[in-house]
Amino acid sequence: MAAIFQGVGAAAALSSSPSNSFDSKKFVFSPCRSFSVRKGASFAVVRSDGRVNLNPKGRRAQQLISNAVATKSDSAAASSSSKPGHELLLFEALQEGLEEEMERDPRVCVMGEDVGHYGGSYKVTKGLAKKFGDLRVLDTPIAENSFTGMGIGAAMTGLRPVVEGMNMGFLLLAFNQISNNCGMLHYTSGGQFTIPIVIRGPGGVGRQLGAEHSQRLESYFQSIPGIQMVACSTPYNAKGLMKAAIRSENPVIFFEHVLLYNLKERIPDEDYICNLEEAEMVRPGEHVTILTYSRMRYHVMQAAKTLVNKGYDPEVIDIRSLKPFDLYTIGNSVKKTHRVLIVEECMRTGGIGASLIAAITENFNDYLDASIMCLSSQDVPTPYAGTLEEVTVVQPAQIVTAVEQLCQ
Amino acid sequence: MNSASCAAKISTQPFSLNPTSPASHDRPLVSPKPTSLFLGSTRKLRLSSSSKLNLHRRSGTVVAVSDVVKQKKSKSTHSLLITKEEGLELYEDMILGRAFEDMCAQMYYRGKMFGFVHLYNGQEAVSTGFIKLLKQQDSVVSTYRDHVHALSKGVPARAVMSELFGKTTGCCRGQGGSMHMFSREHNLLGGFAFIGEGIPVATGAAFTSKYKREVLKEADCDHVTLAFFGDGTCNNGQFFECLNMAALWKLPIVFVVENNLWAIGMSHLRATSDPQIYKKGPAFGMPGIHVDGMDVLKVREVAKEAIGRARRGEGPTLVECETYRFRGHSLADPDELRDPAEKAHYAARDPITALKKYLIENSLASEADLKAIDKKIDEVVEDAVEFADESPVPSQSQLLENVFADPKGFGIGPDGRYRCEDPKFTEGTAHV
Repeated sequence: MAAIFQGVGAAAALSSSPSNSFDSKKFVFSPCRSFSVRKGASFAVVRSDGRVNLNPKGRRAQQLISNAVATKSDSAAASSSSKPGHELLLFEALQEGLEEEMERDPRVCVMGEDVGHYGGSYKVTKGLAKKFGDLRVLDTPIAENSFTGMGIGAAMTGLRPVVEGMNMGFLLLAFNQISNNCGMLHYTSGGQFTIPIVIRGPGGVGRQLGAEHSQRLESYFQSIPGIQMVACSTPYNAKGLMKAAIRSENPVIFFEHVLLYNLKERIPDEDYICNLEEAEMVRPGEHVTILTYSRMRYHVMQAAKTLVNKGYDPEVIDIRSLKPFDLYTIGNSVKKTHRVLIVEECMRTGGIGASLIAAITENFNDYLDASIMCLSSQDVPTPYAGTLEEVTVVQPAQIVTAVEQLCQ
Repeated sequence: MNSASCAAKISTQPFSLNPTSPASHDRPLVSPKPTSLFLGSTRKLRLSSSSKLNLHRRSGTVVAVSDVVKQKKSKSTHSLLITKEEGLELYEDMILGRAFEDMCAQMYYRGKMFGFVHLYNGQEAVSTGFIKLLKQQDSVVSTYRDHVHALSKGVPARAVMSELFGKTTGCCRGQGGSMHMFSREHNLLGGFAFIGEGIPVATGAAFTSKYKREVLKEADCDHVTLAFFGDGTCNNGQFFECLNMAALWKLPIVFVVENNLWAIGMSHLRATSDPQIYKKGPAFGMPGIHVDGMDVLKVREVAKEAIGRARRGEGPTLVECETYRFRGHSLADPDELRDPAEKAHYAARDPITALKKYLIENSLASEADLKAIDKKIDEVVEDAVEFADESPVPSQSQLLENVFADPKGFGIGPDGRYRCEDPKFTEGTAHV
C-alpha cells in the first residue's frame, strides 16, 4: 500500500493519510491512528498475506496468492497491541458501537420500529431497551416520515438520535423530512441548529425479498445537500463508522446490507473509530483500480481470487464514504493503475457509480489509460425469482470479464 | 356567573378527559348534534346577524367578546381577565405584528423583498394569545406564515426584517428568508415551507423535553412546545401521525390550529370531510378545543390551560382557533375567491380593535396609552427597515458556510487535504 506514496514526501504523506487504507485485519489501530508499523518502510508494498514485497515495479505476482480475500485475522504486526481482540458478527459489531456510544453520551438515543422490545429486525438493537429503557430505545408507531422528523426535532434541541429504518426502503416515506429538514435546516437556519442525527438501516438486494425490500437508496439520497452517506461492509468498519457517525455533528445516512449482518471478524477491544470521509484500501495492486462498496466488495474480492490466478493484480478500494467521495485515496490509486472499474449494487441510472465516474473524469482524466467501466445492477425492480435476481446484481464472473477487457 | 368562571368553564370542560388513559373512550368534546356550517362556507354564505353568530357555539366554548364585556360591566374589576400590564403587553405585541406585516407588504411592492411572503394580518390574537405565555426555553414551531410568531417569541424586528431583505444580519444570515425563520436564542425552530413538515419537528422538541426530564434527570425541565399550523395541514398525514405519537407518549406539546378557513384558494369545507378539526383530538386521546381566534383574551385563557397541562406532564392538547387572514394567502395571491361579505364579517372582528375596546371600557388603559404604544411600534418598525436597508448583503464566501456543521463533510480533495481547509474553498471560489 505504501507504494502509492512513491515520493520524497512519502513519510509525511503517510502520517496524514487515512489509517484504514491498510487491510483492516492486519493492523490494530490506536485511536490516534499512528503509523508505527509502517513508517520504517516507506517504499514497501504490503501484500494481503502479510509478506512484504520490496519490488513494487514487478507487474506479475512472484507466486500465486492463495487467498486474496481480506478475511485473514491477526498477523504478527497486529499483535503490537497487547489485547487479543474479540470475534463477532457484523450486527453485533453495530450493536457494540451503538451501546458504547450510548454509554458514553446519555443524549444518544435510538428510535424506530421494533428497535426496543423486539431488538431490531436484524437484531442490531438487541438488549439495548432492557439496558437503557423504553424512552432511550423508542419503539415508534409505523410513521416513518413523522418519527424521522421527530428525530430531527430532537436533534435540533440537543439529543443525538439514531433513527432506524426497518428496511432502508421504508425511508422513502421519510424523504420529505430527510431532504427538507435533515439536510437543509442547518443551512436555512444560518448555522443556528445542528442536526447530529444518524439514519441507518438494512438495504440492498437480499435473497428473494422482492422488489420493494431490495432497494438501494444511496442513489436517491446522494444529491441532498448537507448530508453525509457511509456504507459499512465489515464488522470492523461497521463499528468504527457507527461510532464516528454518532459522534459527528453532521447528519449521516448509514447504509447497512441485509446479507452482510452475519459476517464474522476479529475486531480490537479498544475504542476506535473509522473516519467517515475516508475510503478503505482492501487489497493493494498495480493493474487496475476496482472501486466498490458494501456487499459488492465481497463479489469483487471473489473475482480478485480468479484474477490473481490469471495473473492480474487488481487494487480493490472500498469507498465506504458514498458522499463525499474520498478523492485522495481514489486519486492516488488511479494515478498508479490508470484503469478504473466501478462495481456497485446501485442501479445504473443516476447511481453512485455515475457520480464516481464524473468525479474521477473531472479530477483525474489525464491519468486514465482507458475509459472508466462501471458495473451496476440492472435498471429493473428486483425480481423475486432467484435466477432473475442473480442476474440483476453484478456477479464475480462479470467482474473478471470486465477487468480482462479493461486491461487489454 | 362572572367572566372569570365563564372562561374557566371553557377550559375545564374539555380537560375532564382522564389523563391516565389515552385510550379512553370518553368523547366529552364531540358535540352531540351537528351544528351549522362555518361562516366561511362557500355553499351557504349569508351575512349573519348577531344572533346567528351563536349558532356555532359549542358547549359554551365560543363566546363573543361583546358578551364577555357585557357581563363584565356589572362586575367589579377584580374579575377582569388581565391586568393592565398584561393588557398593554398583549396590545403592543399585536400592534407590532400588524405594523410589521403592513410594512412587509410595502417593502415587497417596493422591491426590497422577494419570493413568497405570507402575511399574518388578522390572526394576531392567536400568536399573541399563546406565545406571550411562554418562557424563553419553550419552543415554537411555525409554518411559512411565521413572521409574527417570530416577533411574539422575541426575535427582534430588526433581525426578522433583515432576514426578509436577505441580509447577513438577518436571523438566519439571509439564508432562510420569509418562510424559514429560526432563532436558537429564542427557541424558534422554524419556519417551514411545506405544510405539515414542522409538526414532527415540534414533536421532536417535545420529546427532548420529556427525555431531559426522564432520562437525563433534569427534574425541573418542563419546556413546552407549540406547533402552529393551518386548516389545510389538518388533512395531512404528518398531522395525524404526530397527534398519535404525542398522545401516546404524553409529550409536552400543544397543537395549535390556525383555522382561517382557506388554504390558498381551497376552502376548508371543500377539502375536509369533517371540518370540525378540534374533534380529531379525542380520536387520538387528547382534548380538543375550539376557540374564537379573533379574541386574544379567549385564546389566552385556553392557552393557559393547554400549556399548563403540558407543563404538568399531562400530555398534548389540540386547540382549534377560528381565525381569518385579512390579506391573501401570500403577496402574490390576488385573493379573488373569498366572498367580500365574509371578509367584511371578520374585519369587523379585528382582534386589535376588540382588545382596544376591552382595555378602554374596563379602564385598563387610556387612548393616550395606546396611542403611545402605536407610535413606539411605528418607530420600531421604521428602525427595523432602516437597519435592514443599511445591512450588508452576504458575500460569496458565505455560500458554502453552514452546509455542514462539521465542514469535513465536504470530503477529502485529490491533494489529501480536507476541502474545507483549502483557502479558496472558504472564499467561495474553489471548484466544488
